[in-house]
Amino acid sequence: MKTRILGITAVLAVVAATLYGLFGVPADLNQGDAQRIMYPHVSSAWLAYLSFGVTALAGIGWLIRRDLRFDAVAVASAEIGVLFTALAIWGGMMWGRPVWGVFWQWDDPRLTTTALLLALYVGYLLLRRLSDDPARRATRAAVVGLVAAIDIPIVHFSVIWWRSLHQPPTFLSPDKILHPSAPLPFVLALVGMLAAFTLAWTWLLIRRYQLARAELAREEAIRGGLVRRARSAPRPVAVGGDEGSVAQSKAPAEAAR
Amino acid sequence: MTSLRRTATVAWAIARKDAIAELRGKQAAVSTLTFAAVVLLLFGFALGPDPRRLADAAPGLLWLGLVFAGLLAVGRFHELETEDGALEQLTLYPVDRRSIYAGKAAIGVIAMLALGVLLVPLVAILYAVDVVRALPVLALTVVLGSIGFAAVGTFYAGVTVRLRAREVMLPLLVLPIVAPLLLAAVKATTAALAGDPLRELPAWLELLAGFDVVMLVAGAGTYGFLLEE
Repeated sequence: MKTRILGITAVLAVVAATLYGLFGVPADLNQGDAQRIMYPHVSSAWLAYLSFGVTALAGIGWLIRRDLRFDAVAVASAEIGVLFTALAIWGGMMWGRPVWGVFWQWDDPRLTTTALLLALYVGYLLLRRLSDDPARRATRAAVVGLVAAIDIPIVHFSVIWWRSLHQPPTFLSPDKILHPSAPLPFVLALVGMLAAFTLAWTWLLIRRYQLARAELAREEAIRGGLVRRARSAPRPVAVGGDEGSVAQSKAPAEAAR
Repeated sequence: MTSLRRTATVAWAIARKDAIAELRGKQAAVSTLTFAAVVLLLFGFALGPDPRRLADAAPGLLWLGLVFAGLLAVGRFHELETEDGALEQLTLYPVDRRSIYAGKAAIGVIAMLALGVLLVPLVAILYAVDVVRALPVLALTVVLGSIGFAAVGTFYAGVTVRLRAREVMLPLLVLPIVAPLLLAAVKATTAALAGDPLRELPAWLELLAGFDVVMLVAGAGTYGFLLEE
């Protein structure tokens, strides 16, 4: 129930921040309406980095504690991270077309870094798909997630060196993103969108984590041959519900031990 | 100190074993080198006959050739171990797991250097680039690039060795990771060939060396977990 409240709050917050970003804030003097893309774009990019940080930390957690709940956090965070990375690239391209005149700007280190980020974590998810054994999959994923996280700063700085003519990140130089006469609404719109997106991220993470636990339990149950037996003897199955569905699918796995 | 020496001894033994197996079989080594040469030839077709354009693109093409052929090489040294339960035997050795990683990375570096020895003259001939003047710096760049690539490639070969789809997964995982290496190596090679007019060469070599150190430490630290499976 708590998760559901969080979910509803997150959706409302995203809607409110979107409406404010579209209609509440004046358009940028130089970039016009295109600048409004920055609110979800910056928020998505922040969540992409947050996600992959969480994935790496959860991987370390698994390697040390050998608890599959860490791996469930890792996969949940990585999947949501891929989603927000794709959103960040999409937003960046949509913004780049009217402002820079091209979808893809090789001079921009962040766009290039983010594209590699997407490739790294799509690879991470594909690798997970190919491993059947839960412990093996968790170990492989953990080390790959860790090395990928180590690589990200190197990628970022190398691309900055590579294209030394880059413009500094807009987020840290307010004069570039903010309306000179009305900075407060711009800051408000950006911070509001960041908060709303982060709420939505938290909700997605919890839900995907629950799903990952359920998937694990199902895998275990299949290995124990319990699913087949359960199917031949029809029983009422709980549908939906907050923590209920997870508890339901966890039960056969525990019986198998 | 003794443990470091022991690590080196074990690593050398593993690298030597793989080198002997490869030299006796020959097919894999020859086919990898041939593949690299064909890739360089095809780059020439792809970019057309304009000698200026080919010479300008030469550093990038050299490193793409090295990376593509290097992927085959590092994958190969782990594939060797999949037959007859050799991988399980390897993990049963009472040695530090890091020395197994070091051995596999060492043979990877040797393979990359062999590729470099073939590809650098080939680039000079096919794309009409004067490499002789820049040879010492070029050699240093190839050595640093080879170490970094072998460090990453060996780690991911360990990740994918037991997968059914390892032929696809190894490049898919390695290529985005080595992007900074490719970038720095190409920049260093370009600077070296041009006589370093902008004095940027030391910075790129530093980046390469830094990448090597970080990836060797990361690989050595995590490779052991993969063998425990």
